[in-house]
Amino acid sequence: MTDIIIFVLGIAVLLYVLLGGADFGAGIVELFTGKKGIDTISKAIAPVWEANHIWLILAIVILFNGFPRVFTTITIYLHIPLFIVLIGVVLRGAAFTFRYYDILKDNTQKYYTQMFRLSSLITPFFLGVTLGAIILGKIPANVSGTFYEVFISPWLNLFTFVTGVFLTLLFGWLAAIYLIGEAHDGESYQTFAKTARIFFVLLVLAGLGVFLSAETFDLHLFRRFVQSSLATGSVISATLIIPFLWRNIKHRNTLQIRFLAGIQTACIISGWFAVQFPVMVFIAEGTPLTVWNSQAPERTLTLLVYALLIGILLILPAFAYLFKVFKFNK
Amino acid sequence: MPWLMFVAELKWIKTGKKVYLDLAKAWARGVAIFFAIGAVSGTVLSFELGLLWPKFMEHAGAVIGMPFSWEGTAFFMEAIALGIFLYGRNRVNNRIHLISGLVVGIAGVLSGIFVIAANAWMNSPSGFDWINGQALNIDPVKAMFNKAWFQQALHMTIAAFASTSFAVAGIHAYMQLRHRGNDFHRKAVHIALAFGSVAAILQPISGDISAKNVAKLQPVKLAAMESLFKTSEPASLVIGGIPNMKEEKVEYGMHIPGLLSFLAHGDFTAEVEGLDKTKKEDWPPVAIVHYAFQIMVFMGMLMLGTGILFLAFMYKWKEKLDKRWWLKLLVWLTPTGFIAVEAGWIVTEVGRQPWIIYGIMKTRDAVTPMPGIQYSFYMITLIYILLTFLVFWLMRRQILAIHMNHQKNNPHD
Repeated sequence: MTDIIIFVLGIAVLLYVLLGGADFGAGIVELFTGKKGIDTISKAIAPVWEANHIWLILAIVILFNGFPRVFTTITIYLHIPLFIVLIGVVLRGAAFTFRYYDILKDNTQKYYTQMFRLSSLITPFFLGVTLGAIILGKIPANVSGTFYEVFISPWLNLFTFVTGVFLTLLFGWLAAIYLIGEAHDGESYQTFAKTARIFFVLLVLAGLGVFLSAETFDLHLFRRFVQSSLATGSVISATLIIPFLWRNIKHRNTLQIRFLAGIQTACIISGWFAVQFPVMVFIAEGTPLTVWNSQAPERTLTLLVYALLIGILLILPAFAYLFKVFKFNK
Repeated sequence: MPWLMFVAELKWIKTGKKVYLDLAKAWARGVAIFFAIGAVSGTVLSFELGLLWPKFMEHAGAVIGMPFSWEGTAFFMEAIALGIFLYGRNRVNNRIHLISGLVVGIAGVLSGIFVIAANAWMNSPSGFDWINGQALNIDPVKAMFNKAWFQQALHMTIAAFASTSFAVAGIHAYMQLRHRGNDFHRKAVHIALAFGSVAAILQPISGDISAKNVAKLQPVKLAAMESLFKTSEPASLVIGGIPNMKEEKVEYGMHIPGLLSFLAHGDFTAEVEGLDKTKKEDWPPVAIVHYAFQIMVFMGMLMLGTGILFLAFMYKWKEKLDKRWWLKLLVWLTPTGFIAVEAGWIVTEVGRQPWIIYGIMKTRDAVTPMPGIQYSFYMITLIYILLTFLVFWLMRRQILAIHMNHQKNNPHD
């Protein structure tokens, strides 16, 4: 039962990064492309962004239903970055709605656009900071200590900063990749392709940064990757794909680009899950919260699995239909 | 709101009258804005459960998480169907488009019902044994179908229909007052009130079910709602009035002997438990609950009366529906439903205090150990006040712009 739940959680995280993440990334890309990108970006994300976003809510629900202690530990100690994420989520969604749905297009659009871009940048960064803090293991075992020690230092350091940058770049890169396929003219295609390439280079550098900064915290991520065959395999596959991806961008093969980028993201996520499992949250000087010691009672898990399976049977076909109508049926 | 949109769409397909198409499109725009704000607020809600109440979620997560996972599914379907309805008009065939509108409505109602199961569980905790501060022998199915679930879900679902319908009717009545004889706004008022009047008439029945249930499950809450300080047999119903906490009585209220006994237990002479049966430290803030309850009932009565009038006019005196006083009345009633909903939530939430899980866990024991939580509260309040203003402003712009558009295309309306 637990395995199925973790698998669905992984799928939800992956789909959130691939879809919801890219919607945030679109705002980041807009920071670089400016006015030129607005039209393409708005049209591309409007029909799907709400549905995409729900993968995050699904992941959260799985956490608090299936692994309540993991959920409460994260929400207690990482309150501040999560709170910033929430504000970002609200502002991004509201700004996009106000910009896109408003019948009258006038001066106010300027403010929404700024709010949209800024919150699209801040949200993934602090989401990355939160994930970094979960991996790093500076979360204390209890709340004794100063405010700084307990509620700030677990997430405010070089490692979490780099993971934040990494996730932001990942989202931006995915968005640029998808937008290549949405571009209607040669000029915007060039813009998005260039953005995708730049983001990719930065992403690889940030990825190296994650490993290097981990070493300074005695968090031997590199060694853990080598020890796990799944993680090593993921890294190798992701690397092998690079030249193919690069060539397809050049030839403007929309479907292939998206597919390859999706595989690479899946490799990153599965690599992370492989070195993390079965730990869910690392705790400083204490037993980490694992899948096994934090899971809800058997009956809750069984019912959660049923709910997830039925839910997915309903959602996936509908979701596929949504994408067929709006993304592959032009 | 999706239901209004669906009915307008259905009428467009059936009658081919363009005014219904315009209406469906206009309402879809409203649904889109509300849904987007709802989707991001839903994210806030799921996180805040942990950010604010981690001790509550630690125990409640495994017990009551299940309806949330169902709610997630319903929410997903709603988002997908709405995407198709809003943007797919020229991409999918008419039937699929219409069905997607219906799915939005059904999924919306379902997700509300699922979330309320979790809230009802806090009022009527079941499906677990509380042993030494731990929830053991957890049965999520029993927890979900707790004793308060049905009445709360019913009451809130009807309330959602009533409040939205009256708000929509009020806005279109306002536009109709300014542009007499406009068919677009006239039809809008009729569709909205068709839903609103039925909901407003059904609501007192569901309210009665609720009252009887609360009398059984949470007698303190009922006592606070009515400011019944002393256990009485029979107990009289107090309408209005100011609770005097020092002397423990209600001043200036209208007292109807025996009626509270009847409403709570179906018997004019039955005993109704008062606040005196509970330790004073476990009392909810009596005055707030009392006023909120009175406000909710008063608003409900206003809508009930108007709903009955509407049905009567539709049946016999159709010409009255275009009278100025009638439209003005509708304009005044625009916010009543939403005020009633807010007041109702104050009754059920404040009325449960000091408990977060009734009889099991106190609210103060559930709150996050992080100091300075008030700043996080101020901030989120500020953001939501700002959003409220923005949404109002944006909706106003839409309504005016849609009206201009329709006017331009149908000059003789």
